[in-house]
Amino acid sequence: MGWETFLQHVLNGMQLGSFLALIAVGYTMVYGVLLLINFAHGDVFMVGAYGGMFIGLFLLGAYDMHLPFGLPAWTILPLTILLTMVVTSAVGVTIERVAYRPLRRKGANRLYLVITALMFGLLLEHANLAVLGARDRQFPDLFAKRTFDLGGVSVTNVRILVIVISFVAMGLVGYLVQRTRWGMAMRAISYDRLAAPLMGISVDRVIVGTFVVGACLAALAGVMYGTAFPILRYDMGLLVGWQAFIAAVLGGIGSIRGAVVGGYLLGFIQVLVVASPLPSTFRDLITFSILMAILVLRPTGLFGVARRTKV
Amino acid sequence: MSARRLNAAGVVFVSVVMAGGCSGGGSDAIQIGLNLELTGDVPKVGEHSRVAAEMFVEEVNSAGGLDVGGEMRQLELTIEDNGGTAEGAAAAAAKLITQDEVLLLVGPNASVAAVPAGEIANNEATLMISPWSTNPATTLNRPWVFRAPFLDTFQGPVLANFATNEFGAEAACVLYDVASDAPVGQAENFISRWRELHGPDSVVAIETFTTGDRDFSAQLTNVGASGCEVFFVPQYYNEVPLIVEQAHAQGLAMPILGTDAWGDPQLLELCGSDCDGYYFSNHYVASGATGATAEFIEDFKERHGEEPSDVGALTWDSMRLAAQAVQNCGTLTGTLVDDRTCVRDGMAEITDFDGVTGQMSFDEQGDPIKCAVIVRIEDSAVTFHDSVCP
Repeated sequence: MGWETFLQHVLNGMQLGSFLALIAVGYTMVYGVLLLINFAHGDVFMVGAYGGMFIGLFLLGAYDMHLPFGLPAWTILPLTILLTMVVTSAVGVTIERVAYRPLRRKGANRLYLVITALMFGLLLEHANLAVLGARDRQFPDLFAKRTFDLGGVSVTNVRILVIVISFVAMGLVGYLVQRTRWGMAMRAISYDRLAAPLMGISVDRVIVGTFVVGACLAALAGVMYGTAFPILRYDMGLLVGWQAFIAAVLGGIGSIRGAVVGGYLLGFIQVLVVASPLPSTFRDLITFSILMAILVLRPTGLFGVARRTKV
Repeated sequence: MSARRLNAAGVVFVSVVMAGGCSGGGSDAIQIGLNLELTGDVPKVGEHSRVAAEMFVEEVNSAGGLDVGGEMRQLELTIEDNGGTAEGAAAAAAKLITQDEVLLLVGPNASVAAVPAGEIANNEATLMISPWSTNPATTLNRPWVFRAPFLDTFQGPVLANFATNEFGAEAACVLYDVASDAPVGQAENFISRWRELHGPDSVVAIETFTTGDRDFSAQLTNVGASGCEVFFVPQYYNEVPLIVEQAHAQGLAMPILGTDAWGDPQLLELCGSDCDGYYFSNHYVASGATGATAEFIEDFKERHGEEPSDVGALTWDSMRLAAQAVQNCGTLTGTLVDDRTCVRDGMAEITDFDGVTGQMSFDEQGDPIKCAVIVRIEDSAVTFHDSVCP
């Protein structure tokens, strides 16, 4: 393998890993606070992609109803991302309020919460199918796509943007969790769910905030995913969601750093199996065998801490 | 299962007039059963099929009927909806054969419906022609079942021949979905034909993915590094635009080839200009058609307001094949069992049939030996490029 090909594969892995990491952080944060695997998160990502499509088309003036003034081209992407974050946050918080919170109040077993999450994911998918139909949708170009050739390595501006934005977003989340009062409250709840409210922390508010942050990351991932792979399907959240969930478990679910590392690791392993002389048919078989081996050696994931059950 | 029965009102009317008007001019009309996907997953398929069949019957009847052994006979359609399902198709076939006592069947179109309906037709010893089913099982070891389109196994080798002649390519690479039946078969057939033509190491990259994947960049990097001169992608219209765009992003410049799965009009919509300059094989192409094909397209458009899809064109050919089979039979005795046998033998006799989807003869399985149309995408539209025979 020439070094150009190798570098190209590294870029492929970085891009795939960025998407997985962004979504995996959403899984891991909710788990950290609620000990709930929020299986609807993959479909929140789908909502992000579809929301981004409609908002992007609206901002680009593709509909009869449009803004009374034109927007400069460079503002389209940031505006689309921001508005999509608002939409997905609303969906994320709605799920929390409608489904999870009432169950929590009734003291339902966590198993029921997980089943509810799975159901809500399916509900989002089928709502999309019922309203928009099975037709594939095209995500608009929010900015002019370009390809650069750097000494035999092809780089697109989309790819660079995906990687840079992901790093910035994950840096911000890290800051939020480690350096702010809200982040401290979140970590406190994660550390001891019974003692935190006694210290005057509003658990519900922190939980809603967690869902908002997760949904914002899913929105970001959805818009960037749509830009990179501009054909949307109602069930697109399923496969990506599962892979991100696996990435979160691999990194140690509950750990944000773990989710990021897990996402990139999963992305790189997938790409490297294809890059190796093995046939690409073996990709998923080998990828998941490697993950299995890691989990057998470290059942709590790479950065996970074993929790003792408190009585 | 609600089976909707539609009688082409005009046809019935004409046949009543004829029966009353020309005494001695012939006995009853020839009954043709249509087993179509009018509802369900693919209603568009059934719709185009029905329009083409009705158009044919009207044309024959208004010209006085079909000349069967010197006797002018009217045609009459009995249409059953199979809902695009296996059970619906089997029930519709059984009803048409035993209750409506049709002479022969045209349809179903989708393989999922045509395979079980073919079983019924074969057991009941009634000729069935499927206009659109490409699954080998539809006709396999069923002497009573024929089809109008080429088989799934056919396009891979044809495209291998085409790429060899058109581009003088020696090295090929392939990208396909390992979890999807048709692409796997087509890729395997392409690969084995290419190796036959250019030697065992001539397929330099065989890359795969699984259904639902959106990121093909790792596979495409391998394709780029392999140095192949032609790239075969037997995928569906909703995957091809992504593959092509990512191939461009990695600077891949070799020609890309596809199969009839590219033939959906949505491909061009989703591709933008990315698919320009690429080729795929199909049953027929509306643009650039000449002669009888162009005439058929005009008539169809006038009648239905849309360009006929490949199903429409293949149904037209199937109806003509059915008429030809009846004519080859010569005389109809009126005894259903004998007539059905005679019509089936008439069908098997057909050689060098000149259809709007190309010339065809039939092999012993009832599959046509015909040529594929190679279509080129240019300025986001498809144009006829070449006709390639096996």
